[in-house]
Amino acid sequence: MFTSKRLILAHFWLAFLAFGLALLLGEWQMFVRSPLHSWVSNPEWYYRSLTAHGTVMAYVLPTLVAMGFGYFISETSLKQPLIGLRWAWIALLLIAVGAVVAMVPVSLGYASVLYTFYPPMIGSIFYYLGVVLVVVGSWIWVALMSINLRSWKKRRPGETIPLAMFANVAGSYLWAWTAIGAAAEVLLQILPVALGLKSTIDAGLARVLFSWTLHAIVYFWLMPTYIAYYTIFPRAIGGRLYSDLMARISFVLFLVIAMPIGMHHTFADPQVGAGFKFIHSAFTALVALPTLLTVFTITASAEIAGRLRGGRGAFGWLAALPWKNPIMLAVTFSFVMLGFGGAGGLINMSYQLNTSVHNTQWITGHFHLIFGGAIVIMYFAIAYDVWPQLTGRALSSFALMRTQLWLWFIGMIVTTFPWHYVGLLGMPRRMAYFDFTDPALAPEALSVILSTLGGLLLVVSGLLFLFILWLGHRSPVRQEGEYRFSLAAHAPAAVPAALNSYALWIALMIGLTVTNYALPIAQLAFRPETSVPTVFIGGRQ
Amino acid sequence: MTDSSRLSVANPWFTTSVAIVVALVIVTALAGFVLLPYQTGSAFGGLWDAICSAAGVANTKHSQAAPVEPNFAASTVVLPQPLLASANQESIGRGATLAQQCAICHGPTGVSRADSPNLAGQYPSAIYKQLKDFKSGARVSSVMTPFALPLSDRDMVDLAAYYSYLPRLPAYHPGPPLETPPRIVINGAPLRGIAPCGSCHRSLDNKVGSPWLEGQSETYLKSQLQAFASSARRNDTGRQMRNVAQQMTAEEISQAVRYFASQPADNSF
Repeated sequence: MFTSKRLILAHFWLAFLAFGLALLLGEWQMFVRSPLHSWVSNPEWYYRSLTAHGTVMAYVLPTLVAMGFGYFISETSLKQPLIGLRWAWIALLLIAVGAVVAMVPVSLGYASVLYTFYPPMIGSIFYYLGVVLVVVGSWIWVALMSINLRSWKKRRPGETIPLAMFANVAGSYLWAWTAIGAAAEVLLQILPVALGLKSTIDAGLARVLFSWTLHAIVYFWLMPTYIAYYTIFPRAIGGRLYSDLMARISFVLFLVIAMPIGMHHTFADPQVGAGFKFIHSAFTALVALPTLLTVFTITASAEIAGRLRGGRGAFGWLAALPWKNPIMLAVTFSFVMLGFGGAGGLINMSYQLNTSVHNTQWITGHFHLIFGGAIVIMYFAIAYDVWPQLTGRALSSFALMRTQLWLWFIGMIVTTFPWHYVGLLGMPRRMAYFDFTDPALAPEALSVILSTLGGLLLVVSGLLFLFILWLGHRSPVRQEGEYRFSLAAHAPAAVPAALNSYALWIALMIGLTVTNYALPIAQLAFRPETSVPTVFIGGRQ
Repeated sequence: MTDSSRLSVANPWFTTSVAIVVALVIVTALAGFVLLPYQTGSAFGGLWDAICSAAGVANTKHSQAAPVEPNFAASTVVLPQPLLASANQESIGRGATLAQQCAICHGPTGVSRADSPNLAGQYPSAIYKQLKDFKSGARVSSVMTPFALPLSDRDMVDLAAYYSYLPRLPAYHPGPPLETPPRIVINGAPLRGIAPCGSCHRSLDNKVGSPWLEGQSETYLKSQLQAFASSARRNDTGRQMRNVAQQMTAEEISQAVRYFASQPADNSF
């Protein structure tokens, strides 16, 4: 049993080491453009660092965590050795090579295009090839997850798929479909230009195609976090999952409506019709539904645990919860950040409110709070929970873990709250330099300094996290029992087949993609004279 | 139990979920394509126009009016991207012959003794663009225009190829290089929409069509910035230089040109 320990450890270590480096870059960026440091006098250094930070944090880290955790779920929940171990190693190799191939031109200054690589900016072709390798590697994982589930189903026809695996495969299908937008953009639009076959590009179409990927990718990042909420948290605090069916409904809802909403990233884009912006805005509002279901279900699960532990009364169960348990702490912090970040997200998705925050530091603050905060803190929790299984050694430094989680939580709040605030003051995002001596910007100086200090806490927390994982390899060997996911309060005896399979939800996902994206893409693709000259990054003539 | 995963109308899961999704699409589409255009007053051409405009379909009907033309000759130069690709020996040789008529101002080695720009080693796209603009009248100079008028497109490409081929020699009377660049050069002034000079003019990045400025005549650079500021020169296609120059103070203009004029033009870029 458990044939893929080394594979999963390799995924996690690669993910977290890259994360550690990108974290340092992020703090450096905050520092050099804050009033604490005189300007480095070359915006190119800033954008180089920003591209590397974004690419690692947005593509490499979550993809590797989702893949490693996915393999873990496949083996432990299906209780069968991973099929396709060799392919999984190949996929990991593709991602590692892709990351290097993408990062070399970035560090040389030939691809400072930021992680969104919006045309007409065009960087070195190797940057895009590297990103393509990462995506291809992740598609191998998608196929492996599907193959493993299929094999399990064949052996156990009619049985209910364990919740963790059901959610894991839903996440992988979501990723497979949502990556197509950016893949089409890179393959059909960017690569011909980067190869020098063309010198103009339809930037508007590229942005629409990228929006296909850009929002649902967030839900791909979020899948491991939600899986941990449902299938790790209740067990870790000694309780039961309130409802297994509710969890399944949340995951299929993500599958259906996470994707056809991406155009809320193009609210300020003139090439997209207002009607489609409205539809995408409305569907974005809908995607709050599975999150609200999750918050309700997980809070109810915590209440079950609190009452099992002797908590009484309307609020007494809260006090009875195991607050010293790192998973308890991580989920609490994650929920607080999800709450604030979600509220900010509701502002971003509404067309009129968005106009006042569009492309300001508010947006950067928002996605750091949601992704870097609510989601990544659960990546930490996942690592803490599965580490003893992977290393065969105890992870006993609970006080260190709590310190690390507290630091991350406080650091993220101190970083992102002032960040939101300066966004409201009108501070634009993606700027390398701010002249805080100017009276118009002086009021932003204090907030920017606070953010930078918050970032410092995040660096300390990130390094502490790596240290704790490293300690886990050095603690005494301990025989770990079989890994368990949470049990539901009511065992899912009669799950409707629709909530035990994907065909219906994939059909709806594709159908909604057609209604919400086909016309805007088609009319941009077929309208003549929509291309603009490319801007080559890195001084190419 | 019926198989509720089947895609069939007999399956209530299928019919219900599809019905909900279709209803959502219809309701949001009605709101987005019909209600909102009427509410915001953009449905001036009737229902079908409202739907088309909300869908982002280009409306040719309302754009029949003749576009407003500028009352001056605007630059129409399209920079052929692989301009350097034609820089073969023959092109450079032809350019060298043609360049004999330029030497009196721009110097026999492409380095000017007058206050004309030094062309030796200049980017070909920058030379080509200015020649085209002189010829079309987008940029006016009583000296350059007569020279540019008889040039064919091939001549301009060849001249650009020749001058870009020449090595960059030291300028004639450079002062001692100013070590620290002034703030306006290194930072620009973001609040006034001024980017650092080097973000287009080479020292940080080069945008196609922009020349490098190191070692150019201080008088020439200053006169051009002033011409952009007063809009006497307006062959910058995106108004980028006019916007920058108009926002610069006289002091900043002097600092910037003094700095660039003092810098060595070497062959490392």
